[in-house]
Amino acid sequence: MAGTYRIAGQGRLTPAKTARFSFDGQSYAGVEGDTLASALLANGVHLVGRSFKYHRPRGILSAGAEEPNALVSVERDAARKTPNVRATVQELYDGLTANSQNRWPSLSFDVGAVNDIASPLFSAGFYYKTFMWPKSAWKSIYEPNIRSAAGLGIAPDQPDPDHYSSRYANCEVLVLGGGGAGLAAALAAAETGVRVIICDEQAEFGGALRFESGAKVDGEGGWDWAQAAAAKLAKMDNVRVLPRTTAFGYYAQNFVGLVERVTEHLANPGHDLPRERLWQVRAKRVILATGAIERHMVFADNDRPGVMLASAARTYLNHHGVAVGRNVGVYTANDSAYAAAIDLKKAGVEIAAIVDLRDNPSGPAVEEARSLGIEINHGRAVVKARGKLRVSSMVIQPKNGGAERTIPVDALLMSSGWTPSVHLFSQSRGKVAFDDATRRFLPGNYAQDCVSVGACAGTDGLAATVAEALSAGEKAAREAGAKAAKGIRLNAETSETWTGGMLGAGPGAGADTTVKAFVDFQNDVTAKDIRQAVHEGMRSIEHVKRFTTNGMATDQGKTSNMHGLAIAAESLGKEIPEVGLTTFRAPYTPVTFGAIVNHARGPLFDPTRKTAIHPWAEAQGAVFEDVGQWKRAWYFPRTGEDMHAAVNRECVTVRKSVGLFDASTLGKIEVVGPDAAKFMELLYTNPWEKLEPGRCRYGIMLREDGFIYDDGVVGRLASDRFHVTTTTGGAARVMNHMEDYLQTEFPHLNVWLTSISEQWAVIAVQGPNSRKIIEPLVEGIDMSDEAMPHMSVREGNICGVPTRLFRMSFTGDRGFEVNVPADYGQAVWEALWAEGQKHGACAYGTEAMHVLRAEKGYIIVGQDTDGTVTTNDAGLDWAVGKKKTDFVGIRGMTRPDLVAKGRKQLVGLKTKDPKVVLEEGAQIVADPNQAIPMTMIGHVTSSYWSENCGRGIALALVAGGRDRMGETLYVPMPDKTIEVEVTGMVFFDEKGERLNG
Amino acid sequence: MAKAAAKRTVTAVSAERCPALAGSKVSARDVTLAILPPAERISLRAPAASVAALSKALGVKLPQMPKSSASRAGRTALWLGPDEWLVIDEAGKDPMADLASARVLHSAVGISHRNIGIAVSGPAAAATVNSGCPQDLSLAAFPTGACSRTVLGKAEIVLWRTAENEFRVECWRSFSDYVFAFLSDAARDAAA
Amino acid sequence: MLLIRCPYCEEERPELEFRSAGEAHIARSTEITGISDEDFEKFFFIRSNPKGVIYERWRHIHGCARFFNAARDTVTDKFIVTYKAGEPKPDISRAANDSGPAAWANRPPDQLNVKKPAAKRTPSKKGKA
Repeated sequence: MAGTYRIAGQGRLTPAKTARFSFDGQSYAGVEGDTLASALLANGVHLVGRSFKYHRPRGILSAGAEEPNALVSVERDAARKTPNVRATVQELYDGLTANSQNRWPSLSFDVGAVNDIASPLFSAGFYYKTFMWPKSAWKSIYEPNIRSAAGLGIAPDQPDPDHYSSRYANCEVLVLGGGGAGLAAALAAAETGVRVIICDEQAEFGGALRFESGAKVDGEGGWDWAQAAAAKLAKMDNVRVLPRTTAFGYYAQNFVGLVERVTEHLANPGHDLPRERLWQVRAKRVILATGAIERHMVFADNDRPGVMLASAARTYLNHHGVAVGRNVGVYTANDSAYAAAIDLKKAGVEIAAIVDLRDNPSGPAVEEARSLGIEINHGRAVVKARGKLRVSSMVIQPKNGGAERTIPVDALLMSSGWTPSVHLFSQSRGKVAFDDATRRFLPGNYAQDCVSVGACAGTDGLAATVAEALSAGEKAAREAGAKAAKGIRLNAETSETWTGGMLGAGPGAGADTTVKAFVDFQNDVTAKDIRQAVHEGMRSIEHVKRFTTNGMATDQGKTSNMHGLAIAAESLGKEIPEVGLTTFRAPYTPVTFGAIVNHARGPLFDPTRKTAIHPWAEAQGAVFEDVGQWKRAWYFPRTGEDMHAAVNRECVTVRKSVGLFDASTLGKIEVVGPDAAKFMELLYTNPWEKLEPGRCRYGIMLREDGFIYDDGVVGRLASDRFHVTTTTGGAARVMNHMEDYLQTEFPHLNVWLTSISEQWAVIAVQGPNSRKIIEPLVEGIDMSDEAMPHMSVREGNICGVPTRLFRMSFTGDRGFEVNVPADYGQAVWEALWAEGQKHGACAYGTEAMHVLRAEKGYIIVGQDTDGTVTTNDAGLDWAVGKKKTDFVGIRGMTRPDLVAKGRKQLVGLKTKDPKVVLEEGAQIVADPNQAIPMTMIGHVTSSYWSENCGRGIALALVAGGRDRMGETLYVPMPDKTIEVEVTGMVFFDEKGERLNG
Repeated sequence: MAKAAAKRTVTAVSAERCPALAGSKVSARDVTLAILPPAERISLRAPAASVAALSKALGVKLPQMPKSSASRAGRTALWLGPDEWLVIDEAGKDPMADLASARVLHSAVGISHRNIGIAVSGPAAAATVNSGCPQDLSLAAFPTGACSRTVLGKAEIVLWRTAENEFRVECWRSFSDYVFAFLSDAARDAAA
Repeated sequence: MLLIRCPYCEEERPELEFRSAGEAHIARSTEITGISDEDFEKFFFIRSNPKGVIYERWRHIHGCARFFNAARDTVTDKFIVTYKAGEPKPDISRAANDSGPAAWANRPPDQLNVKKPAAKRTPSKKGKA
């Protein structure tokens, strides 16, 4: 028998199937089907953790996802350490290693527990009061200490080696929760043939039937029926059954997030299965069957290990075959805890006494307990639990005061009633309503196409629940489009009722007391703290929550919210609905980053785009830079070269002979249709109607506000066909911008846009020898200066494949851009490269490209412009069609501020010391001796070392820049102030003679 | 001199075609991924009035229902938008050439090299695609022949169901690494 | 993630396929060079930013690529109706007052209590529709 508290003949596990595990270094044996919590309890271990603030010893409160106390870290290996795992949820596997948290040096002796003694210092709102003064201490003392003391568990410090998966799913009916209600609803919906998904957070379906010993459905035991029902559903083609799957978020339009824990329960998960799988489900109808959560009683020291929910003890007994103690006390305010006492008594466990707050409890449960000889103390309260690392006795007293009596116990079960789980309903934006008769919040107005059934809807009793669920399942399916079905009938019966109970602090923990009667175990919030919040002026429950942190821990107050609310309401002298309920937000239980991120890790974090020529550049040892999602060759270092040397060589080679540059990432758009030129006229500042086919033009595109948006060379291939290029970064947004105007402003134009960015690989061949290396490979194009002047485009063949050959230059030297279908890009590049070797050609990267264009004063949109630069500011007024009556931005560019004097204009800067290279982004001032803060009159937009000019060159936006030619300005840097001279933007070949050179 | 050069016969050999990821294949338990061979593709744009004439020229009736496609003799026209079709020719015939004679209003742009086709086939094909594509891929919502531009993870794709258990995923060339890797990652889990 | 009915694809599609494109029915003047600075300011900068129903433009960018218009409630995120670009604003006064799940409509105008916009799109000059 694995564990001395395991009772032979009890529970549903197979004792022979043992599983070894360790907790805090100690080895134990459990049984397959155990949770870590049940296995610990079977070994008599109740002390499993220390609380967050006071470091009080804590045990196991529950048997489910609501657990606030039993948080442990589970470790598979160095990288797989999961902190804050609820021991009540973690399934046992052979070899499981778990450790307690938030204690030092050991769980039973924890130095931090001094906080418990010093607790007056840590009362509610202490964060806001204690560390206020002196101000300077915050950063050096308070914050570092709070940070080291705060938090639960320790995050792993190695990358997560597991993988995670995701799946979008659509269905007609989604059932959240697989207890009696959920299963019945799913059966009814599935029977109509529509797609049904049902999930449950537990390993097995059945919900409360796990512990509800008297339940019967169609004559079968409740649990057995649930297993059969789940198995039947799993066999149906139209049903997906997801165990170990938590619905954590309910979003707009019946979009529900589920996390399926795929390997968390496996001893040897292997590497094929994802650790977790995120399901994003869209359902036409959602059925909420999320059940109810039992509340604890609020009395002094109700957090001692061994004090737990009555239903939890029943689960451990009836499902796991584990007794939570040998001499058990029960403290309740409703009937349901009697069933725990009865089940335990029948299993041979001594029941010390039942203490019932009610004056005259009656009914079958009470009668049965009495007939079993259990002592029942009605009209009495447990006012204190004794024992530190484990409860040793309960102190009881008549509820209105009187003589105390101490009853020894080794476990104390409690129940103050059941809280319907309206979390997901509330997340769906449904409004809860307070039911005065039963003193609980129930689903009120629905905001989405969903329905709550069973305990979460306040329906009591299995028979009523199953009947309600069957009809809801059938109705949901029908509303989602199912045809009529013959329907399902189930006969459910149970003797149990879960109504009644109490909210708030019990006797002995009332307004005049200072005892530690915990409301929120995980955040260490007591009844006194809540009263204090009210006393200090908090009126809204939202304020009380934030001041005390009640319900703000990772369990989101599943057990504490209603008690906190009731105590606040009582202190305020208001009714509960007047104080209001805090908002439930996703996630229902904590969700891992792994599940949220799923596939999007490593290479799949974001697409990495590579050009057709990329493999060649890689083989040549190019260094790449990221430009948006693209990898672009930055420079091509030769042996022994650093970046500086490589770029200098590339720049000089291009001007001296020729260089090859991969320009494939440029955005390219084909504009086709009889109105193509008209459309171009409207989208660009330039005139296009008269541009002859075969010619190109540098085009500028503005936004409607008159600022430069993009630029690029446009070739006219035919009267009705343009080949437009955009900046690399602008490709997608320029296409969107053009489509926007075409579809919504100028839909009368007969023209269409097609992205051809990736159809064509683009090889820029630039330099005096550029024609020489292209010409031998070209067919059908006359490349002479007369036949193909600068800024022209021809179609023909190169290396036997089609090309759109542009004569254009982004270096100021004779240049071409060879467009070939992408799959031929590498082969044509290699052919050009081979030809180029005869002339000493180099491959150059984006850095040299930048330097070469800056030497000529060619701007880069997005670097030398920033969305506030006009054509005039950039010195590009020549590109604006003066006779045009309309184009996007024509009105915006005449706005008063855009034509005002003193605007920042693009100019060149030469450092007085030619060896100095300015920093891009550096600020510029007119008077370096002025007081700080200085008046800044501009900034450097581009700056490079130009080997061709033998000096540092820069472009800058400077107020009134063009009127400052020859002026000396200053660039103050941390270590020195740099003198610069304002110049024109062209640093090399000012007359532009090299274009045909 | 330059003129003479232009008239000269070109001696260079024809450039070799290097399609992205050519021949790549991944097999998982219930799904197989394969990069499809190059195909001829055009983006065809036209108003409704031109549809009949263009259909005739192409030999495929251009579908006018959203999310639908039409195929004939290895050529398929996929409805992508109310005036937009992706024409894929897997029989080696050039649709651009066939449209050259069509005198009706339209725009045809060659995009054979822009896209990469990936076949996703097997009983878990839909689950694989659904790993990153939010559309409902049940046969009722997305029957055989259905097609749509949509998303897969962080990339845009065109999705075409070629058979009950087979999809053709088309993406832009530079996204093919990402899309193929994404589908491979998804395929690993899709058998479940 | 919302579902948005694309009036061109004639079905609801996941929000991931769409991109919002700002307020709708703001006309770009066909004589834009002649408008005053104040009118330009109103046209380009000033937006209604209502709490409640807003008419806005969306693009089914990863779908049929069409721009279209929608009436959406900025408080609930509910799409009341979507319609093609160029069509006039539909009258949604009755549908907008619906509450509860039924108003999670996002359905074609003829299935709602809205006045269906004229079917034909007017040959523009209408401005940003």
